[in-house]
Amino acid sequence: MNVILKKAQLNQHTVLYELEAPYIAKKANAGQFIILRINEFGERIPLTIADYNRDLGTITIIFQTVGKTTLDLARLNVGDSIQDVVGPLGTSSHFEKVKKVIVIGGGVGCAIAYPQAKTLFKCGIDIDIVAGFRTHELIILEDEMRQVCNRLFICTDDGSYKEKGLVTDILKRLLDEEKNYDLVIAIGPLVMMKYICKLTELYHIKTIVSLNPVMVDGTGMCGGCRVRVDGKIKFACVDGPDFDGLLVDFDELINRNNFYKEEEKHMCKLFGGK
Amino acid sequence: MSLKRVAMPVQDPLIRQTNFNEVSLGYSEEMAVDEAKRCINCINKPCISGCPVSVNIPEFINLIVKHDYEQAYKIITKTNSLPAICGRVCPQETQCEAKCIRGIKAEAISIGRLERFVADCHLKNGEYIEHISIVNGHKVAVIGSGPAGLSCANDLIHLGYSVNIFEALHTPGGVLVYGIPEFRLPKEVVESEIENLKKLGVEIQTNMVIGKILTVGDLEKMGYEAIFIGTGAGLPNFMGIVGEDLIGVYSANEFLTRINLMKAYLDEYDTPIKKGKNVAVIGGGNVAIDAARCAKRLGADHVFIIYRRSIEEMPARMEEINHAKEEGIIFKLQCNPIRINSNDKGEVSAIECVNMELGEIDSSGRRRPHVINNSNHVLEVDTVIIAIGTSPNPLIKNTTDELQTNNQGCFIVNDQLLTSKLGVYAGGDAVTGAATVILAMAAGKQAAKSIHEYLLNKY
Ligand SMILES: Cc1cc2nc3c(=O)[nH]c(=O)nc-3n(C[C@H](O)[C@H](O)[C@H](O)COP(=O)(O)OP(=O)(O)OC[C@H]3O[C@@H](n4cnc5c(N)ncnc54)[C@H](O)[C@@H]3O)c2cc1C
Ligand SMILES: Cc1cc2nc3c(=O)[nH]c(=O)nc-3n(C[C@H](O)[C@H](O)[C@H](O)COP(=O)(O)OP(=O)(O)OC[C@H]3O[C@@H](n4cnc5c(N)ncnc54)[C@H](O)[C@@H]3O)c2cc1C
Ligand code: FES
Repeated sequence: MNVILKKAQLNQHTVLYELEAPYIAKKANAGQFIILRINEFGERIPLTIADYNRDLGTITIIFQTVGKTTLDLARLNVGDSIQDVVGPLGTSSHFEKVKKVIVIGGGVGCAIAYPQAKTLFKCGIDIDIVAGFRTHELIILEDEMRQVCNRLFICTDDGSYKEKGLVTDILKRLLDEEKNYDLVIAIGPLVMMKYICKLTELYHIKTIVSLNPVMVDGTGMCGGCRVRVDGKIKFACVDGPDFDGLLVDFDELINRNNFYKEEEKHMCKLFGGK
Repeated sequence: MSLKRVAMPVQDPLIRQTNFNEVSLGYSEEMAVDEAKRCINCINKPCISGCPVSVNIPEFINLIVKHDYEQAYKIITKTNSLPAICGRVCPQETQCEAKCIRGIKAEAISIGRLERFVADCHLKNGEYIEHISIVNGHKVAVIGSGPAGLSCANDLIHLGYSVNIFEALHTPGGVLVYGIPEFRLPKEVVESEIENLKKLGVEIQTNMVIGKILTVGDLEKMGYEAIFIGTGAGLPNFMGIVGEDLIGVYSANEFLTRINLMKAYLDEYDTPIKKGKNVAVIGGGNVAIDAARCAKRLGADHVFIIYRRSIEEMPARMEEINHAKEEGIIFKLQCNPIRINSNDKGEVSAIECVNMELGEIDSSGRRRPHVINNSNHVLEVDTVIIAIGTSPNPLIKNTTDELQTNNQGCFIVNDQLLTSKLGVYAGGDAVTGAATVILAMAAGKQAAKSIHEYLLNKY
């Protein structure tokens, strides 16, 4: 049982919770995630640890309401508890000897990109953040991201806030303007990560992506989270979720993430989703 | 005296393939007594030597004849702490029953069914609760709550230790809850065995992935003087053939976990699962048979088990193979998949196989299968479930430098089940690779004994 200590609605579809989780808080690092189950009847879903406070024994999760479980989760309030929270899972991100990094977040991916940027920035590394959203109303964590980078670039698909365009447009500009970036970290929709990797490949820049396959246990037991990296099967829950983006088979993962499209659509209709 | 064993009442195959209720209904008192009377109480008692935990079989059977079921229960639980489970899932035909003298000229005594009868009687009416009077003040941590961890915890608490089990999943029980289906081992049975352990004072903490939230080193710092690792062999192997990443391909573990642990077959649970119409299961062990029978129960029209050797070589329990046949599962024997084909939506559309012939005996003592040239053929299916084996996960090994494993990832231990790290013991599937419930239990017992000796010498 993990009690919700704080709730904030970041935009119409995105909610932030601070949870009591003393043991997890003690061990959590950027890049790791938890799996939660709201109640006995719920699904187990993975969410990134967006922040943690070892002294207070709390962790922060930020999630977008996209289906039954996330909608149910968003209906909870401060004082309610979540039946099962397990973590910290996955490997934490390690970046050796980097000096200047571009961190890219797409939509709710910013919630996952933010802790990575924060960790690197704290170590004195130069960080530029590129954050892309569909439209002005969906922007999250703008102030938080601004605090953990040298420059923040925001773009919207429809031009309703800051620059109009895609994150790849800004990325290309940055890479053309400056030659000394040594790493790109990209987190967001699979299609976004795929096109970012196509671009960075041309510039020969190492690119780390955070993958989000369907997961069940998070301990390497079900194989549902398998992804193909450099031609080999990897389990994202133990070997990842961060991988070298230039080696990831995105098309295969994009296909596999539609595994339950029919089943989930049905569930969303039942529970008032889109 | 009857040459034939008393038949086990079962749910009708046509009905049971539409529900998840238990298939074997259990002996009535009359049936149990009749079957028990078939035991001739032979002098050498070879059955006991066939049992990995040496249950005193003739003695408990004799007590059934005397209608003293509670006493029979006490005899069994002297050496087997999970009889309701073992009575249902042990491969008795290769263990105790294989040694039964009556098996030479007639059918062996149904020892497993009698064990189940006694255990079920106790679960229904038993009053006997053991009381632990000794508390020795020493703490032991058990990692994993499968049969190995549960039996180790049981023996340790009886020796007076304070025992804490750490389990990664949200429900304790290991394969007994996430792998073996309800229709073979009702989860109520597992729960009540676990409740008993809790009553004895064993603490179970779920959602604790050791190697992540706490390491073995952390546990030592927290004051655990010895540690038992019973983390099983859960990591599924894939075949490495084309098409394993298509929509509709499952590892048996994922398929079974969604059904058993996450109850995908019950409407009130959110767990999604693909209900295939034509399903191919690859493999020949209990895991494959369980996956196939689950797929049938989810409403499949045709379920194929594809196995590269013949039925004699199948490692699954005979009873399950027979039950599966009765339920209409189609066995494609001496057959091996070479690729999985897809439609234009990236979903499974068929599986392509070749036929196999059996050649010389190999190192496993079974005849080695060879591909028959030009025997390629295609089976139209929409779901493929891969059940070709599992190995231990690397979570603990990766975070504990001193622990040695072999190239399959199994912990290396000595006869006392001591690992390469002082005070840390391991057993069950985590050491042997995928095996059986009773062998895991026997390992848990051995580890408890070794831990006790180690700590006695230490203080
Ligand atoms: C390592 C990891 C970290 C993640 N971190 C975050 C995060 O910080 N914030 C956030 O909003 N989302 C995150 N996600 C995605 C999040 O888990 C899914 O949005 C969530 O499971 C959707 O569940 P649902 O029932 O609401 O929607 P559904 O209707 O079930 O599904 C909607 C979409 O989510 C995907 N999905 C469904 N079930 C799972 C599952 N068990 N595991 C993974 N994906 C699934 C489906 O492919 C589908 O595209 C993360 C995923 C992974 C694997
Ligand atoms: C589908 C299926 C059917 C089977 N049918 C039969 C049968 O009919 N008869 C039979 O005798 N055997 C059968 N077996 C085999 C039998 O179930 C296993 O041999 C037995 O369960 C092994 O016991 P164990 O305690 O070693 O491991 P497991 O039962 O695998 O339990 C290990 C536990 O450790 C937990 N764990 C893993 N890593 C960690 C970690 N890092 N931290 C904390 N916890 C962790 C796991 O979540 C799990 O709960 C079957 C197996 C399967 C999969
Ligand atoms: S989530 Fe099950 S193996 Fe990764």
